Amino acid sequence: MMRGMSRLATRGGARYKSLLTLNEDEVALQDMVKAFAKEEIAPYVMEMDEVQKMRPELIQKCFEQGLMGIETAEQYGGSDAGFFGSIIAIEELAKVDPSVSVMVDVQNTLVNNAFFRWGTDAQKEKYLRMLSTNTLGSFCLSEAGSGSDAFALKTRAEKKGDEYVINGNKMWITNSGEAGLFLVMANVDPSKGYKGITCFVVTGDNPGVRIGKKENKLGIRSSSTCEVIFEDCVVSKDAIVGELGKGYKIAIEVLNEGRIGIGSQMIGLAQGAFDTAVKYSMEREQFGQPIGTFQGMQHQQAQCATNIMAARLMVYNAARMKEAGENFVMEAAMAKLYASQVAQQVASQAVEWMGGVGFVKDYPAEKFYRDAKIGAIYEGTSNIQLQTIAKMIQSNL
Amino acid sequence: MLRRTLASNMRAVVGVKHTVDYNIKVKVKDGKVAKDVKHSMNPFCEIATEAAMKLKEAGVVTEIVAVTIGNAKAAESLTKAMAMGADRSVHVVGEQAEIDGLETLQVAKVFAKLHEELQGDIYFMGKQAIDDDQCHVPQMVSALLNIPQGTFAAGLKVADDKSSIEVTREVDDGSQTLSMKLPAVVSCDLRLNTPRFATLPNIMKAKKKPIDKKKLSEMGIDLTPRVEVVECAQPVERQGGGKVADVDELINKLKNEAKVL
Repeated sequence: MMRGMSRLATRGGARYKSLLTLNEDEVALQDMVKAFAKEEIAPYVMEMDEVQKMRPELIQKCFEQGLMGIETAEQYGGSDAGFFGSIIAIEELAKVDPSVSVMVDVQNTLVNNAFFRWGTDAQKEKYLRMLSTNTLGSFCLSEAGSGSDAFALKTRAEKKGDEYVINGNKMWITNSGEAGLFLVMANVDPSKGYKGITCFVVTGDNPGVRIGKKENKLGIRSSSTCEVIFEDCVVSKDAIVGELGKGYKIAIEVLNEGRIGIGSQMIGLAQGAFDTAVKYSMEREQFGQPIGTFQGMQHQQAQCATNIMAARLMVYNAARMKEAGENFVMEAAMAKLYASQVAQQVASQAVEWMGGVGFVKDYPAEKFYRDAKIGAIYEGTSNIQLQTIAKMIQSNL
Repeated sequence: MLRRTLASNMRAVVGVKHTVDYNIKVKVKDGKVAKDVKHSMNPFCEIATEAAMKLKEAGVVTEIVAVTIGNAKAAESLTKAMAMGADRSVHVVGEQAEIDGLETLQVAKVFAKLHEELQGDIYFMGKQAIDDDQCHVPQMVSALLNIPQGTFAAGLKVADDKSSIEVTREVDDGSQTLSMKLPAVVSCDLRLNTPRFATLPNIMKAKKKPIDKKKLSEMGIDLTPRVEVVECAQPVERQGGGKVADVDELINKLKNEAKVL
């Protein structure tokens, strides 16, 4: 009995050192993004947040480093580094600036992704190449009247011969301030309800698209969040991504995957806030000792570290499942839900651990605190995540 | 020593060392440096790789070969060099015990041996490794091969006919520029360049580039140690400073406490 058990224990069991093990390429990618973030992003984080604008040179450098086409095949100018590569890059960037992280996240997990899954060869060749080389993309789904209730969108695409004319206003669109490519969900036949929703690609040089009001936000302020206005925007039928009337599917599925990206952004944010505040707590002395050595602080830090570890395991798990082709919808929803909660909790604690300096803009903690809030809101609110999870649990009963 | 390559085909050989990552706070445990920590390419070796890449991009160098002598994991630094643009690598692999006891003269002898095969026109190396800070190998390689050395390079120019180089070195009283015939060894200092970040596509392509593996024990080099480490200890913790009331008190302390006057 004992011998049989030990055979089972070693066979296949010791394949991974831990569930967080990265392969060689992922480690190399992680090291590069870490160094890149430290040198090219860190010195400008607060300034970009204050002026609510991403440095154009920084966006350019992200393209040069291959971070805007992480999963994209080499033949389209991409880095061919896999979905997990995107997850690692998003996490490392968020440790320094969650705004830059979300820019890279939307580009890779939403925009590029839509083309991987539903683009024709011609669309892939044209648009994936643009997106990996020099063009920032936006995913235009939400409107003033439709957020969680995405399918209630009102943007119309009217067929006129071989073309479609798009009219409508999209709101809350990430990257739109600098984007040169827009994936827009519009309804070609409202009588069909959500089954009329179709995904169109619109390039920035189209006279029918323009950027409207830029939101003045609580957090991730250097990530541009603007209104995108489509006014008699004419596109050819070749601009349809996927099938006519199947845009709702694209929206759902792309967001299921994008969810993991946001989860990754949140764990990066939590780690960044944690690292900076813990370091401070071991330097700042009161009553003759570093404040981090008081048991109350130690316990709080231990709890936060535990929560971050749990969130990271969930995000990495969902990512590995997606890579393996497994059904990951529930795991992704859980990961995003939990990671955004942990990010808020840890960022909030980090401010307190730093005391007065946690509250001022001269130190990084207050920005992480403000940035964390969006995690529970975009790419599916926490209530929507809970709904998704509940549905999946109960559908098995 | 005469070059055996065509002047039109210049080959740069870059020596890289896989050392303790520069972010790690090194600790001494039981008289030994704790080595089970994150390792990465020695920062001065990154500068050396970048120097070779700049010449390749200028069309002066046609091939870059990265070389390391280390344990199996040292291959990570070769992959990094190839991600930065080196075309291929040579990995001289040693068992951990062999690597732990490796001395700079032996490392230099390995490079000298590899020269027979590699025929490098310029040997780029970091000026020193950040783990042992010996600053020996480039100088020893130069002596063993009887070729010129341009150490602590802060500037580099290759002659149009590619037969010689000019190395600007930072010295105590300013800058010194030396001209030397190739092949030569150049050891790279901080201000020579700012190493590029390997782009993601290049990181992915690096794993397809060839690594030629050789066994350290089969290189025919005497690995008997000539140096014995007597003691290894953490530096004494810095004591706090003190304030003095006036110049007289300062002089008194310097004379009677610090005993430096």
